[in-house]
Amino acid sequence: MPSGGASTPTLAVRNVEVVYGSAIHVLRGVSLEVQPGGIVALLGANGAGKTTLLRTVSGLLRFHRGSITKGSVEFQGDGIDSLDAAAIVRRGMAQVMEGRRIFAELSVDENLRAGAYSRRDRAGVKASSEQVLELFPVLAQRRRSTAGYLSGGEQQMLAMGRAMMAAPKLLVLDEPSLGLAPLIVQQIRDLIVEINRTGTDVLLVEQNATMALSIAHHGYVLENGLIAKDGPGPALLADSDIQEFYLGVGESGSRSFRDLKTYRRRKRWSA
Amino acid sequence: MTKFLSLLGDGLALGAVYALVALGFVVIYRATRVINFAQGGLVVFGAFLVYQGEHTWGLGFWVSVVFAMACCAAIGAAFEALVLRRMIGQPIFAIILITIGLFLLVEPVTTTVWHNPPGGIATPWKLHTVKLGDVRLLQVNIATVVLGAVVLGAFFLLFRYTRVGLAMRATAVDQEAALAQGISVRQIFALSWAIAGAVAVVGGMMLAGGAGPAPGLSVSLSLIALRAFPAIILGGLDSPGGAVIGGLVIGVAQVMTGGYVPAEVPALGAQFADVVPYVIMFLVLLVRPYGLFGTAEVERV
Repeated sequence: MPSGGASTPTLAVRNVEVVYGSAIHVLRGVSLEVQPGGIVALLGANGAGKTTLLRTVSGLLRFHRGSITKGSVEFQGDGIDSLDAAAIVRRGMAQVMEGRRIFAELSVDENLRAGAYSRRDRAGVKASSEQVLELFPVLAQRRRSTAGYLSGGEQQMLAMGRAMMAAPKLLVLDEPSLGLAPLIVQQIRDLIVEINRTGTDVLLVEQNATMALSIAHHGYVLENGLIAKDGPGPALLADSDIQEFYLGVGESGSRSFRDLKTYRRRKRWSA
Repeated sequence: MTKFLSLLGDGLALGAVYALVALGFVVIYRATRVINFAQGGLVVFGAFLVYQGEHTWGLGFWVSVVFAMACCAAIGAAFEALVLRRMIGQPIFAIILITIGLFLLVEPVTTTVWHNPPGGIATPWKLHTVKLGDVRLLQVNIATVVLGAVVLGAFFLLFRYTRVGLAMRATAVDQEAALAQGISVRQIFALSWAIAGAVAVVGGMMLAGGAGPAPGLSVSLSLIALRAFPAIILGGLDSPGGAVIGGLVIGVAQVMTGGYVPAEVPALGAQFADVVPYVIMFLVLLVRPYGLFGTAEVERV
């Protein structure tokens, strides 16, 4: 198996098709790459298949009775589509799920320890713990508190800190800005940049396209289980279709509903 | 007063047994959200395995207990892996019925294998009494309370300070999130069943050894074990600490009723003590449906 080379992407999804319960086709041939050192944004409306794509990557698909019917997922050059979630975490991919999903009844400290479950090296875990508490000073102040009583923003930081406790090579984030105040969203954004700067690649799923594209090196737009568009972050941010449908800025103010429909139709045919 | 104190001793011993059985229920419920009605069966089976080791193979008491614990742990884990794992995603009702089925299997199997064993389990503490002032306490009851405390302490240490214990608690809160941390939820399920099996043996051994109003070694131990059910309802299905307190309360209430009611309130009948646990369960369900110590969900408002 190929491994390590400078050109090997950290994560490569190739032509993946996913069904739930052998009937519902959610992904219909999706390809996506995260290059070493990169932040990749994945945009798309509700139901486009973003979360499913993340589950496919992180091994949680089986938990939802979904399966990959075609294509492959490679992590640092090795096929991982047959591995379970635990094995994938051990290989160096950590996920922050949508809705944060912290362990509400455990303390902040215990949540962080749970994040390091896959690691056996005590010294390394201690180093990660110090790193995480430095990155998220809020958590350091509230280590003994019950996690469920943290504010939404603090919970999001706890979820990210917990994932970082696994010392991942790739951090996968599902809608970290969901339901948070603009100021907190900015803070989360800066933290993602900081995490990336210190050597963790990031795959970021967002509905907040402005936030995601402003930091992404590369972006993908998922629509009805297909990649409708992809390109460098700044280019997508400037793209008129993206501006209209994900950023809510029309070229000439607002357009009529009919135009929107033609766009959709065109989009589907072209893809 | 001396009557009260010696009844209290009996009650605490019976309560300790309930607590041990209830802990088994709670461990499985916390991890898998399944109420394992077969727990009482494991109690009986465990007691008979101790008998087997002691009488048939002459292994000695403690070796037999460890052997029985290992067997019941293996039975629990195997049942989870071979039967319940296929049921993941099925209605919880169906899973609970399977555990009832397993429970019903235990009686015929034990009677077939062991018939009616002539003797009981020979415990190191026998049925001697110890005098504390005027109060006479059975050795077996003291041993039961002490063993119960030891097992409970071990539970506390396991959940609070170990990596596996943390993983079990995390799994109890959110299975998918636990998976995403690299915790193998399957292993946690199997481990929970194994622990429940091992704890059941301790409870069964104490009952068969004469703790509380025990019938000795017989399949009807499972009926006594089933009375741990009011204990977990009282304590809260997902609280190990609640299981213990619930067990003790039910045990003491039952023994006290048995000690006083026939003389003081004859109208209630001599067997009223057997009903008391269920009366308490009923009252608790009316007032606090999640039990005294069960989690009312942690939520920010």
